[in-house]
Amino acid sequence: MTATAAGPAPGPATTPQAAVLVEHVEVSYRVRGQDRLALRDISFQIGRNESYGLVGESGSGKSTVALALTRYLPRNGRVSAGSIRIAGRDPLAMNAAELRQLRAREVSMVYQEPGKALNPAIQVGEQVAEVYEVAGLGKAEALERSEAMLGKMQISDPGRVMRRYPHQLSGGMAQRVVLAMAIAASPALLILDEPTTALDATVEAEVLDLVAGLREELDTSLLFISHNLAVIAKMCDRVGVLYAGELIEEGPARQVFDQPRHPYTVGLLRCIPRQGQRKDRGRLDAIPGFLPPPGQTPTGCIFAPRCPIAEQRCRDAAPPAFDVGPGRSSRCYLHAATADLPRNTPADVSLPTIAEAARPVVTMRNLSKTFSSRGEVVRALVGVNLDLERGETLGLVGESGSGKTTLARMLLGLIAPDAGSAIELDGMPLGADLRQRSRSQLKALQIVFQNPDSALNRRHTVRRLISRPLSKLAGLSGSALTERLNDLVRSVRMEPRQLSLRPRQLSGGLKQRVAIARAFGGGPRIVVCDEPTSALDVSVQAAILNLLADLQAKEQVTYLFISHDLGLVRYLSDRIAVLYLGRIMELGEAERVFGGPHHPYTEALLSAVPSLDGQRADRIRLTGEIPSAADPPAGCVFHTRCPRRLASGICESTEPPLAEVEPGHFMSCHIPIDQLTNLQSNGQVP
Amino acid sequence: MPAGIVPREAERRQQPAWRLLLDRPTFVIGAAILLFWIVCAVFGTAIAPHNPLAQQLLATNMPPSAAHWFGTDQLGRDVFSRVLVGARTILIIAPLATLLGTVLGTALGLALGYLGGIVDMLVGRLVEAVLALPAIVVILLFVAALGVSTITLILVIGFIFTPLIARTVRSAVQVEGQLDYVPAARLLGERRGWMMFVEILPNVFPTVLVEFTVRLGYAIFTVATLAFLGFGVQISTPNWGTDIYSNYVLLGAGYWWETLFPALAIASLIIAINLVADSVEQVLAG
Repeated sequence: MTATAAGPAPGPATTPQAAVLVEHVEVSYRVRGQDRLALRDISFQIGRNESYGLVGESGSGKSTVALALTRYLPRNGRVSAGSIRIAGRDPLAMNAAELRQLRAREVSMVYQEPGKALNPAIQVGEQVAEVYEVAGLGKAEALERSEAMLGKMQISDPGRVMRRYPHQLSGGMAQRVVLAMAIAASPALLILDEPTTALDATVEAEVLDLVAGLREELDTSLLFISHNLAVIAKMCDRVGVLYAGELIEEGPARQVFDQPRHPYTVGLLRCIPRQGQRKDRGRLDAIPGFLPPPGQTPTGCIFAPRCPIAEQRCRDAAPPAFDVGPGRSSRCYLHAATADLPRNTPADVSLPTIAEAARPVVTMRNLSKTFSSRGEVVRALVGVNLDLERGETLGLVGESGSGKTTLARMLLGLIAPDAGSAIELDGMPLGADLRQRSRSQLKALQIVFQNPDSALNRRHTVRRLISRPLSKLAGLSGSALTERLNDLVRSVRMEPRQLSLRPRQLSGGLKQRVAIARAFGGGPRIVVCDEPTSALDVSVQAAILNLLADLQAKEQVTYLFISHDLGLVRYLSDRIAVLYLGRIMELGEAERVFGGPHHPYTEALLSAVPSLDGQRADRIRLTGEIPSAADPPAGCVFHTRCPRRLASGICESTEPPLAEVEPGHFMSCHIPIDQLTNLQSNGQVP
Repeated sequence: MPAGIVPREAERRQQPAWRLLLDRPTFVIGAAILLFWIVCAVFGTAIAPHNPLAQQLLATNMPPSAAHWFGTDQLGRDVFSRVLVGARTILIIAPLATLLGTVLGTALGLALGYLGGIVDMLVGRLVEAVLALPAIVVILLFVAALGVSTITLILVIGFIFTPLIARTVRSAVQVEGQLDYVPAARLLGERRGWMMFVEILPNVFPTVLVEFTVRLGYAIFTVATLAFLGFGVQISTPNWGTDIYSNYVLLGAGYWWETLFPALAIASLIIAINLVADSVEQVLAG
C-alpha cells in the first residue's frame, strides 16, 4: 500500500481554508489479536461551504471515515497512518478537553436513527437549548434561540414541539430536531450519516430540501454519507466513491455520475434502473462476486476480482490515484476505458408475451381492514377493489402506513379482512384464514419478505428451507424432489454445495435467493414481493431484480411488488396502484401512472424522489405529516396535504370515487383529467 | 447502511459452541467439579475408602485424621465416604426433576407463546399465581401430603419448575413470533405442532438450555433444603442434606466437620452448576 501512498496526489492543491483535510489515512480494527485494515490510504478534502458526498455499499468504510474524523472509533479501532485536519486542527493530537471542545463547537453529526440521538426522558426544547447553554447562553435566551431554530427547521408551531418528548415526534420531525441541535452551534463541519434512509420518500425530500436550504444560510461544510447515489447527486458538490475501504474515484458529483472513470462506479450506476428502463427493455447489469472480506489486503487492485476489464497489471500492483481531469481522480489503470465497459449481464431480454386471460387470477372486492386497539379504531384499508392478471406485476406504492403490507397480508391469508370483503382466486372464494384454504390455494400464494434474516429459519439448512415447499405443497418426494430441488437451486443461480449451509453462512443476496427459491418451490401463481431488495446493497439488488424478472418470464407468475423505491417499481411493474391512507388514489398501467397525468399524490411522490438523471424542474412538494389513519380527514383523505386542492371546497367535503379517467387508468380525484394534464405539463414529463 | 461500525469478522465459519465453551476458564472449572461429583455419584461406593454405612460405636465424633479425612459422625461413620457417596441421591433427583420441569415448561411455554389468545391469558394468570407463592412452601406442602420418595420429589419439584420455565420460554417464543419465518412457514400450510416444535423450538433452544442449567442449581438447593428440613428421602444411601439435618445439632458441641463437609459438597455442586450455566449463557448470547 505504500506504493499508492506515493502516487500522484488527487484533487486540487491543498487550500489552507479547507474545512477538512484528510491525507493518506489508514484505519485498522484489532479483531482477535489481528489488525484488519478498514480504510486504506484515504485522502480527500472538503472546502469551506462545500458539500462532499461519500458513497459506497455496506462494509465499504463510509461510517468509519466519519468516526475517524471525530475520533469516535470504537476501542479496537485506530487511525494507524496519515493525518486529519478539521478547521486546521488535528483531532488525533487532541487531549480529552480539546476533543470535547471540537465536538461541541466544530463538528456535529446526524445519524440515520433520529430516535437514538435524542434523550427519551427530556423534552425536545430542553435538549436543543442545551446546545446553546454549552455555548454560554443563559437559560431563557437559550430556549428562545431554540424555538427560533426549530422554526427555521420548518417546524410549524415550534413552541408546542419544544414541550414534547422525542417519542411523540414522527421520524421526520425528530430528524429536524436533531438537525436543529446539530447546527445550533454553527459547526465548521456537519456530518450527515444516512440522515434520510429511515424516512419516507416525501419526508426525505423535505429534509433534503431543508438541508440544502440551510447550506446557503450557514457557513458550514457538509460531509454527506449515503448508499443512495441519487441522494448524493442531489446534495453534493463533490463525491468520493468508497469500495472496500479505498477511495476509488473522486470528483465533482455531476461529472462522476455522468462520466464515471472507475469500473466500480460504472457498475454501481448500471445496477440502478434509470428512467425509461424496464424489465422488458433491457436487464440491469449486476456486478458479479462479492465485496472482499474486511481486513483483506490484496496485492493488486482491490476491485480486480470483480472487474470485467481487469488485466494482469491490475492483479500485480495496486493502481495509484490517477488524475483524470480537473479535481478528478480514479484508482484505475484503465480509467480511459470505462466509458464503454462491457456488460456483465447480457442486456437482451426475451420476455414471452402472455396471452390475455379471460379473467384475472385474483379479484379483490371491497377489501377492508379495521384494527382496533385501546378504543382506537384504525381503518388500515378501506374498500379496495383490485384485480391481478396472470403474469403481470402490480406495483404497490405508498408511504408507510398507507396499507400496502396490510393488503398483501390479507391476500396471503395471514390476517383476516373485515366482513364484506371478498378475495377470489380463479373465481373461487379464498378463505379469510390460511387454515380455511385448500392446498392448491396455499400453493398459489407465496411471499418474498423484505429481510431474509428474519424470513429464513436460522436453524434450518438451505436444503431443508427449499425442499419443504416441494414436499409440502408440490407433493414431491424421493428422486423427483431431489431433481426439482436441483432445478430450483440452479434457477436462483446458487450452487448445490450451498444446500448444506445455514442462513448465517450466506451473504444477504444469497439469503434472498434462498427465500425466492422457497417462494417458487410450490409452483405459485402469485408471489408477493414485499420490499425484496431494500435490505440489500445496490449491486446485489440488480441481480435479485433480474432473477425475479427471469423467474416471472419462465413461470408466468403474477407479482404483487411492494416498494418505496419508485425507480424499482417502474422497472418491474406492468401496472401500479398508489395507496394513501388505505385507499387507492391511482391505478393504471405503469407508463401512464409514471408518465402522467398523475394523481396529485402520485405527482408528489414522483417529485420527492431524487433522480440520477439530472434534476427535474421541481414540481410539487408535500408538506406536513401523513394524517393518522385513526382519524382520517373528511372528504378526500389527501386534501390536507394536496397542493392542487380545488378552491371550491369539494375536496374537503366529498370523497372522490375511483373513476376511470382514461381507458385502464383510474384516479380518485375531483380535478378533471384535462385540468390535471394542463397543471402538470409545465413541469417537463419524461 | 452503516450497520458495520466494527467490520464484520469473516463470520462465515463460526466456531462450534462447545469449542467456545472450552475457551472459558469458568466453564472448565465448573465442568471439572461437576464431573467429579458425577463420578462420585456413579462409582461412589467403589471409590469411598470406608463403607459409608458402617458404624463404629467406639469411634464416634472423631475429628478429621489420616484414617478419617473428614472425621466421623455421631454413629462413627466415615464422613468423607458419606460425602462421596451422598452425591448420588441429589444427582438423581435434581437433574430428573429439572428435566421434567424443562420438558413440561417448554411445551407449555411454546403453546402459550405461539397460540396466545385467551388460553395464554388464563394460563398466564394461573402461572403468575403459582409464582406468587414461595416455591419451597408449595413443595413442602405437597411433599408432606404425598410422603417422601424419590419419585414424589422429582414430580413435585418438576411441576413447581414448570410454570417458571414456561414463563421464560413463552417470552422467547413471542420474540420469535415476530420474525417473518413464522408466516413463511404458515404459508406452506404447516400445522401448529410443526410450527411450535420444528420451526420455533430450535430457535428458543438456547434459552431452554440456559434455563435448564440455572434451574438445576435451584433444584439441588431445593433437594438439600428439603432434606435439611427433614424431608429427605429415607433410604439407606447417605444424603448431604439429611446428614446436615442429623448432625447440625452437634455443631454447638464443636463437632463442626460432620456438618461442614456435606455443606461444602452442596455448595461446590451449586457453584459448579452456576459456573457452567453462566458460561453456556454467555456463549449462546454470543
